Amino acid sequence: MATVSTSEFKGGLKLMMDGDPYTILENEFVKPGKGQAFNRVKLRNLKSGRVIERTFKSGDTVETADVVDTDMQYLYSDGEMWHFMVSETFEQYAADEAAVADAKKWLKEQDECQVTLYNGVPIAVTPPNFVELKIVETDPGVRGDTSGGGGKPATLETGAVVRVPLFISTDEIIKVDTRTGEYVSRVK
Amino acid sequence: MTDYVSTCSREVLLGRARLYAVIRAFFDDRSVLEVETPLLSHRTVTDPMLAAFESRYQAAGNSQDSLLYLQTSPEFAMKRLLASGVGSIFQITKAFRNGEIGRYHNPEFTLLEWYRVGFNLEELQNEVEVLFGQILEAFNLRFTVARTTYSEIFEQYVRLHPLEASLDALKARAEESGFHDAQALCGDNRAHWLDFLFSCLIQPKLPSDCLMMVSRYPGLLPSLARKVQDDERWVERVELFLGGMELGNGFYELTDPVEQEQRFLQDLAVRKREGLISPVMDDRLIKALRLGLPDCSGIAIGLDRLLMILTRSSRVEDVLAFPFLRA
Repeated sequence: MATVSTSEFKGGLKLMMDGDPYTILENEFVKPGKGQAFNRVKLRNLKSGRVIERTFKSGDTVETADVVDTDMQYLYSDGEMWHFMVSETFEQYAADEAAVADAKKWLKEQDECQVTLYNGVPIAVTPPNFVELKIVETDPGVRGDTSGGGGKPATLETGAVVRVPLFISTDEIIKVDTRTGEYVSRVK
Repeated sequence: MTDYVSTCSREVLLGRARLYAVIRAFFDDRSVLEVETPLLSHRTVTDPMLAAFESRYQAAGNSQDSLLYLQTSPEFAMKRLLASGVGSIFQITKAFRNGEIGRYHNPEFTLLEWYRVGFNLEELQNEVEVLFGQILEAFNLRFTVARTTYSEIFEQYVRLHPLEASLDALKARAEESGFHDAQALCGDNRAHWLDFLFSCLIQPKLPSDCLMMVSRYPGLLPSLARKVQDDERWVERVELFLGGMELGNGFYELTDPVEQEQRFLQDLAVRKREGLISPVMDDRLIKALRLGLPDCSGIAIGLDRLLMILTRSSRVEDVLAFPFLRA
């Protein structure tokens, strides 16, 4: 059984805890100047989607989860399930809503995603770090304003809402960082 | 991998140069002498919470080599200089701590450390405030400064007295704040519980635009501070916090060689109990204290972290030309 030490903790690492697979969302090394070091870790239960916080004494080891990340193309959603395909093998997998979770607001057909399989079943979907999506609705642009301070909300074709600079208008395609949910640039 | 390029922006590099220039001008104005002490030393700290990097000196043509340590702080060497009567001194230097890496930690980092002969802790805090003001001015920033004591701030955020509350009450507070696994981390060690609660319940809630100076620390981990005269449960230690980060640590310095030696021996006993390596204690510091350390206060400030705040960087690697993994 493979184990990892807290010094190898990083976002995306999969761990087994209390019989469930978890993925590390955030790992923070805490060390008071004259005190004991520990890691404050935010983890998502890959089965329930629940996010928990744990503390580990620095140097402790934890069992890794036998979870496989596979690159797949997003095909479509029938409303209940989200369908993906491994491009090389044409193998198809269906993920339920709990598995796609927050990723669904970034999924555009034919985009390459990472699907996490646990015992052969999709339990999590990670969208590409950057997606290019069309704006379906936003307040009219303000001419001459290029500063972007503050910005305004814009609804994207997938339903996601992101803050965009004031000069961006409806029907434009923008690049978004899905890890932060933030606008990156306009796509010409 | 583009691990050969620096990810540090030119703006941040300029910021570091400006920060050092402001600091040097500040101490020059006050006739505090800039000094340099060895990074590589035959002795190291006994503090069980610090791990030094080890290195080997190989004499040419000689099979015998000797163990050397990279300093975890310049404190001992600077105190030896103080004992030889140089007066107030400062230095900007690298320090090294093994195993410490994270958002706010790089195993190799830069410290500003200074000692003021004849200053008590309050006078030193006054000087910190003036220096801080000059640095902020150079960066067109404005922060407030506040002073409090450890028990005051602990009672404000944790609603318990750090020394009088029972261990069970401290544990219950962690539990109800959602830290269910802190017991495994802290056991029955009050110092660990205090550090844990301070790190998790106080630090993240401190105002982001205020330099907080917290003084009168519990004497549980006294290290190199002297005891408070009217109440020996506390020590003359001050910690600086800004934007949720620990930024500095200062002491009204312990000058008693006997007490210092006892504390080193206690540290070594803890190290033995916890199965940590036991370095030889720094007998040269003890000898220097016997020669006589002048009454003084000293403080160390983490310059990388300060630069993070001055340049609005969220991770320490953003202010380093080559952080640990690219070093």
